Amino acid sequence: MNKVLFFAHLRDAVGEEYLKVDASGKTVAELKADLAAQYDLPRMDTVMTAINEEFASNDEVIRDGDEIAFIPPVSGG
Amino acid sequence: MKMYEISKEPINIQAVIDKVVQREAGAITTFIGTVRELTHGKKTLFLIYEAYEAMAVKKLEQIGSEIEDRWEGSRVAITHRVGRLDITDVAVVIAVSTPHRADAYEANRYAIERIKEIVPIWKKEHWEDGEAWMGNQLETVAYPSGKPEESDLNE
Repeated sequence: MNKVLFFAHLRDAVGEEYLKVDASGKTVAELKADLAAQYDLPRMDTVMTAINEEFASNDEVIRDGDEIAFIPPVSGG
Repeated sequence: MKMYEISKEPINIQAVIDKVVQREAGAITTFIGTVRELTHGKKTLFLIYEAYEAMAVKKLEQIGSEIEDRWEGSRVAITHRVGRLDITDVAVVIAVSTPHRADAYEANRYAIERIKEIVPIWKKEHWEDGEAWMGNQLETVAYPSGKPEESDLNE
């Protein structure tokens, strides 16, 4: 299983801080597309992804147990 | 001593500065980011900051390492606040010490610009007539590969 974390406007859209999904074997892009369709997530082309707290590219393959986070454009500082 | 922190409590500015005190330093610069009331004429009532805390700390550490590699003899401490912040509240404190003052200014500027690029922290603006998560309001930045590109990181 994988924990998928959402922040900022994505958290509002999903209505949860995280979901438990089985994403192992999928690429980041595939998981993004699945969830975007399922939850009608806006502006996913601007959203970065982290696997286990490090930025990951869209073609990276997710393994069982990985923690995934979708990172909208940041606005700290 | 934790040099990089996400804090739910108000930031003790002096405590951040104290972390970078070193005998080799000839300068300490401190950047204090505060909550501004007016942005392009629009009045902010308050902000909510949210962080992916574990990753945010790692990314602050990364920025510190980049600075220590680039400006010899530098020492860096950064604390970023989360939660509700009112106008004039302190959102972030960056302290950098270096042997010479020019480096302390440059390295501190570098830290805040990098925070705005790679540290997973978001702010939600609350106005009299609504609220919105900030970030890329103009939708001008896309990440087609799913992560920041080299060019994004070196701006």
